[in-house]
Amino acid sequence: MYNFQYQRPGDRAAAAAAAKAADARYLAGGQTLIQAMKLRLSSSDALVDLGGIADLKGIKVDGGSVTIGATTTHATVARSAEVQKAIPALAELAGGIGDQMVRNMGTIGGSIANADPAACYPAAVVGLGATVNTDRRSIPADSFFTGMYETALQPGELIVSVSFPIPQKAAYIKYKQPASRFALVGVFVSQGAGGVRVAVTGAKSSVFRATAIEAALNASFTPAAAKAVKLPADDMNSDLHGSAQYRAAMVSVMAARAVEKALSR
Amino acid sequence: MTDMSQPPNNPIGQSLRRREDARFLTGAGQYTDDVVLPGQTYGVFLRSPYAHARIKSIDTSKAKAMPGVVAIFTGADMTGVGGLPCGWLITSKDGTPMKEPPHPVLAQGKARHVGDQVALVVADTYLQARDAAEAIEVDYEELTPVIDMSSAETIGSAVHDDVPNNVCYDWGHGDKAAVDAAFAKAAHVTSLTFHNNRLVPNAMEPRAANAHYTRHDDAYTLYLANQNPHVERLLMCAFVLGIPESKMRVIAPDVGGGFGSKIFLYAEETALIWASKRVGRPIKWTAERSESFLTDAHGRDHATTAELAMDAQGNFLAMRVKTLANMGAYLSTFASSVPTILYATLLAGQYKTPAIYCEVKAIFTNTTPVDAYRGAGRPEATYVVERLVETAARDMKMDPAQIRRQNFITTFPYATPVGLTYDTGDYAAHLDKAIKIADVAGFPARKAASAAKGKLRGLGYSCYIEACGLAPSNIAGALGARAGLFEAGEVRVHPTGTVTVFTGSHSHGQGHETTFAQVVAAKLGLPVENVEIVHGDTGRIPFGMGTYGSRSLSVGGTAIIKAVDKIIAKGKKIAAHLLEASDTDIDFENGEFKVKGTDKKLPFGAVALTAYVPHNYPLDKLEPGLNENAFYDPTNFTYPAGSYVCEVEVDPETGKTTVASFVAVDDFGNIVNPMIVSGQVHGGIAQGLGQAMMEGAVYDSGSGQLLNGSYMDYTMPRADDLPSFTVDHTVTPCTHNPLGVKGCGEAGAIGSPPAFINALTDALGVKDIAMPATAERVWRAANKIA
Repeated sequence: MYNFQYQRPGDRAAAAAAAKAADARYLAGGQTLIQAMKLRLSSSDALVDLGGIADLKGIKVDGGSVTIGATTTHATVARSAEVQKAIPALAELAGGIGDQMVRNMGTIGGSIANADPAACYPAAVVGLGATVNTDRRSIPADSFFTGMYETALQPGELIVSVSFPIPQKAAYIKYKQPASRFALVGVFVSQGAGGVRVAVTGAKSSVFRATAIEAALNASFTPAAAKAVKLPADDMNSDLHGSAQYRAAMVSVMAARAVEKALSR
Repeated sequence: MTDMSQPPNNPIGQSLRRREDARFLTGAGQYTDDVVLPGQTYGVFLRSPYAHARIKSIDTSKAKAMPGVVAIFTGADMTGVGGLPCGWLITSKDGTPMKEPPHPVLAQGKARHVGDQVALVVADTYLQARDAAEAIEVDYEELTPVIDMSSAETIGSAVHDDVPNNVCYDWGHGDKAAVDAAFAKAAHVTSLTFHNNRLVPNAMEPRAANAHYTRHDDAYTLYLANQNPHVERLLMCAFVLGIPESKMRVIAPDVGGGFGSKIFLYAEETALIWASKRVGRPIKWTAERSESFLTDAHGRDHATTAELAMDAQGNFLAMRVKTLANMGAYLSTFASSVPTILYATLLAGQYKTPAIYCEVKAIFTNTTPVDAYRGAGRPEATYVVERLVETAARDMKMDPAQIRRQNFITTFPYATPVGLTYDTGDYAAHLDKAIKIADVAGFPARKAASAAKGKLRGLGYSCYIEACGLAPSNIAGALGARAGLFEAGEVRVHPTGTVTVFTGSHSHGQGHETTFAQVVAAKLGLPVENVEIVHGDTGRIPFGMGTYGSRSLSVGGTAIIKAVDKIIAKGKKIAAHLLEASDTDIDFENGEFKVKGTDKKLPFGAVALTAYVPHNYPLDKLEPGLNENAFYDPTNFTYPAGSYVCEVEVDPETGKTTVASFVAVDDFGNIVNPMIVSGQVHGGIAQGLGQAMMEGAVYDSGSGQLLNGSYMDYTMPRADDLPSFTVDHTVTPCTHNPLGVKGCGEAGAIGSPPAFINALTDALGVKDIAMPATAERVWRAANKIA
């Protein structure tokens, strides 16, 4: 790790001001950034820790949606009785990220801003059709993730919260890469007011909607319908743990299992 | 067997809790990295980013000017320093000795694998050293890397300029003519071609060293995460640096796992010792995990074709094996012996196969050096034998247990056609027991139940044997070993009757401090708490060959027993004097010296006190004191053997394989601490299943980069990957050591990979599947996708 300046502002205005310094980055849990800095794969002159800002934390359930503050930890979401009741799939997803230490430090805002192609939260954000609220605007899930580690966020733009519409049914199945335990293929399926959404993480350079599976499930919300869809392997990831062909096949299998689980709730 | 005195509460055979765990579990262990010396400096190695490159120039001027930098050394500074030696000479079929190209301490002109050490930076702090290492400018000229063993001879690029075809040796073992004749008349030949995958050792504690030269006595102290400090000292002093052994003390304090990888003399500690005199301050280096992946000697990496010839009834007639063994970029300390002496000699397994021939070609490649890793050659041999035997049973439409049983060796001692003489064993006994515990009879019902859930179920056996207790020095010497393989121990009885034992064995997870204390306490009739075990320090221990090859209790423990025997013999003389009897009339039992046929007796403590307060003592014929040492060189290897039964269930949709049950029945001879032995078996099986299911170093064939050099990609087995294993035993005591013990440290890692692959291929109905049997490989096999 190289030396850097560390600040922990108490409110959003101070954070935004601090972030204007050259080569400054927000720190929202640090479960990716700090590891990369320790390995000297990443460096910043200044880190602005968002952990001291009270109104970025917390969970609110009202009417049709669950809103989670950007610096709410995975552990808090996983343990939240309100989230467990409103969107059990979301609480389960949060409880399956990393290990307990990661869940105690990592946050939802940090995760989606980092936009790791194998992270779990992007699947929930896209799979539930959530809205990402920043200090400047509201960004719909479908236009938030723009590529590998890339999002629609502008420099200095700060995620405040994420609002998830409460679906009728939803489930997330994470088929783990055996070493890292990230998603080799993670599929989030929901059935809500706007129809079925199927979001896939781990399989391509960024989270994506499996529209062919969505169409099949809109016609028949059954595991068999999902399994019958064969996805092309063209732009799937390929590595030691799974070829593109294998990942493509697993998307259908995991989607089917997610449907099965959603139906069992 | 010598007579063991049996105190009323004999600690032998009791599962005493490990006394060392209190400090390990409360953070009080003292590892090499915990040692901080006055004036401490820190070393960082600059490593080659290329697999194969000429080093055209190294510019350290900018780095040397950086804050805190004490010194920077490169290969050019080390002229006159020898290379690292290889401890075992293998002679090729044509009579020529193996090729031993130089193994420089710091790269000389060329880097030969990613991670090869190019420069050593010494600075006041670790981060200063690391910053300075980044500022060193090296001009590399990339060369074609030699990565794939099969094309290494013809690729036209040489890892070592003086070995143009990259062949270290081409070795043969066994009676080729007899084997060829047997194959010619065989009713059936079963053959398999496979790769025994390359493994990264992954000890929990990375390698670490702290080297200290002191001017007042012109001597060196080396703290080192190491399995055999005396061997380390001998190799470094005599073969590399030319330092008298009397001027070097090697201390291996608490060591967090080795699995073989901490046997070897490495470049890092050698460079540190050499540099410590030049900078006049102690230098500490602790490997980062990514350095461990790149520089700890790897294990396995054999490419093998094996054939088994049988008559029409499935009786084994002959075995023929041809192996390419990867040495990596340099010959590590015992690399040459692993795919030869520790491999081909085990190919008889538990069977009376009358003729066996094995050819091994060892290949240099631009990869991390390969050496002994838990089992060292014996897992590779067992994989050959047990995969062949299971496949042969399928070919012959025979029950895999029956084909084994009918070919088992049943009379002992038994001389195999590959040079070993098994002293004892009862192979049918552990096979029968394993079959019963695993409820093999109930397997068809379980298979049907799995099928009803859309799952595939399979069952596989593995009946392994290993040669442990390395070893008789004379036999090892005849086979090319450049070292003896005895062990040493010293028993120091204190005036108050407590005992300190100094052993040349080294514990880095094995629990010797508990087991050895049990043995000595039993012999002397003392409470276990009164016996202290000291290991891992050349300054305190007479000598030692260290811990590897499951040798500690059978060889190191016997050395201690021999020293205890001397203590008892001397004690009898002291007691005879005090009790006014003849030496020959004194018996020692349950901690008391007694005059035969009388009630006259003295406790051990009274005799010990008299030895140190010799007021009434036969000083004219006996020295005072009670302190003895002994060296023990065994007459044979020991031969632990066992039968494993593995059952797996496969999800054909994903290829995910679950180990449904794993039964291990081992014959380790007598057992001193059943809990510690079970722990060793559980750990060994987990490591073996790791190899079979998920581990395996993967190099990019073009660049020679290690593709899975971190835990993000290198899959280690975890608790949730595996079931709890069922571990049981049968006992045929070893015939040639006083404890009747055989060794248990490696068995699990040796026996489990073929048991798993046999079960998996049974489930899938395929002849073979490559290790590691990843989910995708299994999915392809289950769904017949090429």
